[in-house]
Amino acid sequence: MKPLETILSIKNLNKRYGSLQALKNVTFDIHKGNVYGILGPNGSGKSTTLGIILNVVNKTSGEYSWFDGNMQTHEALKKVGAIIERPNFYPYMTAKENLELVCKIKSINYAKVNEKLELVGLVDRQDSKFSTFSLGMKQRLAIASALLNDPEILILDEPTNGLDPQGIHQIRDIIKHIAAQGTTILLASHLLDEVEKVCTHALVLRKGEVLYSGLVDGMSVNQGFFELRADDTENLISVLKTHPAVKNSVNEEGKVLVYLKDKLEPKELNQFLFENNIVLSHLVKRKNSLEEQFLELTKNK
Amino acid sequence: MKRLLSIELQKIWKNKGSRVLTLTYFILLTFIALIASIKFDLGVFKLHLAEMGIFNFPFIWHFNTYIASILKLFLAIVIVSMMANEYSYGTLKQNLIDGMSKKEFILSKFLTILLFALVSTVFIFILSLILGFSFSSYTEIGIVLSDLDYLLGYFIKLIGFFSFCLFLGILVKRSAFALGFLLVWNIIEGILKGILTYKIFPDSTIAAYITQFFPLESMSNLIVEPFSRLSVVKSIGTKIGIENIKDYGVHFYSIIIVLAWTLIFNLLSYRLLKNRDL
Repeated sequence: MKPLETILSIKNLNKRYGSLQALKNVTFDIHKGNVYGILGPNGSGKSTTLGIILNVVNKTSGEYSWFDGNMQTHEALKKVGAIIERPNFYPYMTAKENLELVCKIKSINYAKVNEKLELVGLVDRQDSKFSTFSLGMKQRLAIASALLNDPEILILDEPTNGLDPQGIHQIRDIIKHIAAQGTTILLASHLLDEVEKVCTHALVLRKGEVLYSGLVDGMSVNQGFFELRADDTENLISVLKTHPAVKNSVNEEGKVLVYLKDKLEPKELNQFLFENNIVLSHLVKRKNSLEEQFLELTKNK
Repeated sequence: MKRLLSIELQKIWKNKGSRVLTLTYFILLTFIALIASIKFDLGVFKLHLAEMGIFNFPFIWHFNTYIASILKLFLAIVIVSMMANEYSYGTLKQNLIDGMSKKEFILSKFLTILLFALVSTVFIFILSLILGFSFSSYTEIGIVLSDLDYLLGYFIKLIGFFSFCLFLGILVKRSAFALGFLLVWNIIEGILKGILTYKIFPDSTIAAYITQFFPLESMSNLIVEPFSRLSVVKSIGTKIGIENIKDYGVHFYSIIIVLAWTLIFNLLSYRLLKNRDL
């Protein structure tokens, strides 16, 4: 596997608001091409985390670096598209004028303005003042604005909050469309369902602490999963496919993660693989308590 | 720099309120010319301002910059609201997320202040030239171009005052409250000045020495009132026995004090912006 390009790297990030510890040692990496979800109830630190990496909230301690730390944060942000909480534009400017202002800030020409308005279906309303827009339209304009520079990564904070079902559907379609083009996405939400639908990776936060960080698939299984390692990884995966209890297996940095449809004991799996001439060098069965953690998370809401 | 200015000017120009205020400001500036047409005819006592020498070179530089600086409040409102709006619209946050650094943000506001001050100064320069050549008794080039330091004083005064307004806009985040704060500050300075001058240090220059360092006082010291300098007023003064020894010049140290405040206000603005979570 080729090493993934790191877009954002966060290490031991802490944030204090007076006596309240909003973030505790948050650490994670964002790799190119994946769709990440940050999950957690309101007040769990999602927005604070995004605020820090987006240069609007000051960190108390810890490190973060964009694009391997090769550029200053505000320069890096020109290659990032981000929407935080609610769409913020100048109400007295038209949709088009607002996007042109963003172009000026990002030091790019106006060439993409029309294309992005088209993408979010606002071409007809481009000369209407922002103040006349409905929330759904405002949110779509925000997405157009975030995409102006064909960003390396799109960051969305609760993008469907407050929208009606139709609006939610439109936004999700746009996000899926963008994800399909290979854009990295980081999506914060308190809706498990939303993250499951669009994300490949997830990060679960509660009271500023990271509870889980990894694949979405690994999060929602209730049978637990295996971590395996063998000399011939590819052979291992193809053999695993033939086992009836295995849902799928994923190669992650040399380790093979096996997700299950049915109950399977480590002893049985080991025996099955050994019969297929595979000798494991590493075998761990992980009990997944995330379901429970999730119930707790959603209960707090 | 051009990018930052064009960002800020778009924000101001597209806003109807700011556009109207800015235009009103420049239209009112040209109304200074109307003073020329003020004529009182009270039988024995005839008053025609243009003929009293207010448009004589070089006095006109002093007179026009003084009158023009009264109108600076119009642009002050524009500056305060352009800053306070960024908070209320949430666009400050969005600008930073879009890739503007906090330094660039303050710089774009400050460049606009510089531009406003510069345009005002050039405007007054041209207006005074026109008025002067129409009404002045002396139009020798040496006299015309003397006392131009009033224009410098005017320029510095505007920059200092607008920087103060910008700082208040960032500090208070609401335009109405920021302007209210400006008024309150003005009153506080007035009270302090009164106490220092009449209670603590009567009959000495210590009070004036201290108050010249107050922000608003230092700005108003740049260009002192020109009326008592008019020949008519002066001659009345000498007749009733008041010797006028007032110093009307634009002083180097006044300029330094105002520039120091300008620097302080802009640094404080930056610090506030840097340390505040949005």
